[in-house]
Amino acid sequence: MTDVSTIAETPGTTASTVAGAPRRRRRSNRLSPLLVAFVLVPFAVESIWVFWPALQGFWFSLTRWDGQTPPEFIGVNNYVELAGDATFRGALLNTVIWLVLFGGLSVVGGFGMALLLQKERRGVGFYRAALFTPVVFSLVVTALVWRVFYQPDGLADQILRTIGLEHLIRPWLADPQTALYAVILPALWRQIGYVMVLFLAGLKAIDPALHEAARMDGANGWQRLWYVTVPQLKGVNAVVLSVIVIDSLRSFDIVWSLTKGGPYHSSELLSTYMYSAAFQSLRLGYASAIAVVIFVLALAVILGYLVRAFREEA
Amino acid sequence: MIRKLRTGTFHTGMLLLSLLWLGPVIWVVVMSTRTFDDIAANGLGSLPHSFTLDTYRQAWVDGGELRALINSLLVTVPSVLLSLALAAVAAFALSRYRIPGRRTILLLMLAGNLLPPQILLIPVQKFSELTGLYDTLWALITVQVGFGLGFYTFVLHGFMRDLPGEIQEAATIDGAGPGQIFTRVMLPLTRPALAALGALSFTWIFNDLLWAITVLRTDDRMPVTPALLALQGQFVSSWSVIAAGTVIAAVPTVAVFLRFQRHFIGGLAIGAVK
Repeated sequence: MTDVSTIAETPGTTASTVAGAPRRRRRSNRLSPLLVAFVLVPFAVESIWVFWPALQGFWFSLTRWDGQTPPEFIGVNNYVELAGDATFRGALLNTVIWLVLFGGLSVVGGFGMALLLQKERRGVGFYRAALFTPVVFSLVVTALVWRVFYQPDGLADQILRTIGLEHLIRPWLADPQTALYAVILPALWRQIGYVMVLFLAGLKAIDPALHEAARMDGANGWQRLWYVTVPQLKGVNAVVLSVIVIDSLRSFDIVWSLTKGGPYHSSELLSTYMYSAAFQSLRLGYASAIAVVIFVLALAVILGYLVRAFREEA
Repeated sequence: MIRKLRTGTFHTGMLLLSLLWLGPVIWVVVMSTRTFDDIAANGLGSLPHSFTLDTYRQAWVDGGELRALINSLLVTVPSVLLSLALAAVAAFALSRYRIPGRRTILLLMLAGNLLPPQILLIPVQKFSELTGLYDTLWALITVQVGFGLGFYTFVLHGFMRDLPGEIQEAATIDGAGPGQIFTRVMLPLTRPALAALGALSFTWIFNDLLWAITVLRTDDRMPVTPALLALQGQFVSSWSVIAAGTVIAAVPTVAVFLRFQRHFIGGLAIGAVK
């Protein structure tokens, strides 16, 4: 980054390299006010709407607050209460299940689809487009599409009846045993196409000569996948991993539109629990503490992502 | 022979999978044209026995989708333009000049975008109340700009950094200042990245639910995504109207996607390969 970031340092003609030295000194001494504004204005906007609120969020998590009277400092009491809150523990467990099932299956599914559809051949464009279509829908649209599907006597029940499995029929979204999984399915349906596109881009960047060489050495399809493709995708894997973990922890829309976390908190995630604690129970301090837990979970991933970005920049 | 068999298996399998992906969508589109009586008599899972477009009128007028779509566009278009403009100038300064601490600034901005929005919801709502923006579209616009900026800046920075330095150098020698270099030289070269990010951010902001229900309260001001949830409450069990509302809410992003298809997919891939 450093060697292209200033024009003075850009390798160019001899003349400009010679001229570069004094210019560099002048630039580092005084930046044009316009450039300062170019950086400061966007940074200030983000500070107002992101950095400052984030700091406030931590402070609120140490208070009891109903939003009307001023917040009252209560130390770590909210966190103590969280530890004994069965709903919170359920939501935490569901969030982990969500992370594993939604995250894991969308990586497996997306990678599988990318492998199947990486070669340009007849029909591939159509298949890719079909898998990608739901990505452009909002999660609320996705939720409504699947709600129709899950309705009593809807398509899901009709299909089960046709293949003779009517004893399995149940109110998919209203049964605490199935609600969480009935919400994960539409989320996966939408995510797989997205992950596929990320992997397709990664696969395209792999030098075909590597595969050719492996084939010459007698490696079979699986060996080439495992020893050539997967290691070559290291960069993409890191991105996909971060995207998936962050998306999982952020997941809110689809659960909110389908079940609002119910029935009996059976599909509650930390994000939905936080929202209802804040804006329905008006326990703003307690909700902030849940938000901090989500933050801590996300932090590990973000740090990983940033460390990687940092290494690339350097 | 074996080759033919494999090709056949591939296409059969992929067609089935495509059906699994497109099927629910087609089903909803078909359902949106069925009458209430048809669904009541034959159930949601049956094939259509009727055809009507009155469901669209109901969703559009009675359900308030028209108002909601206007709200969505009033929020989305300025948000996209503003956030891309701010991200572009920041990325330009950070990638082409020796701004002290530029790497820290860039990573901090990116980190802000990666924060889980939950930590921001309560403070953002309180802040919008404090500034009198609460329950106005301006609140939603400014939040969307502030929250999206970090990511757009990061992507544009990566793009601008890789542009050749000679043109900028030549412009500098000709006496152009940073402002002119930005508008005359860098901006035209950055157009592909801007188009990709524009298409992406349009769908992200248009599809948002969480920020809208956090900073807005009045039904008339809701964009189309939360309005669709309200429609569901208003037309309980009028499934064909809900389906029509769903189709209406999906059309704008599908249109943007079809129009900017290559940019869109390219935009998603930028992050992956960078």
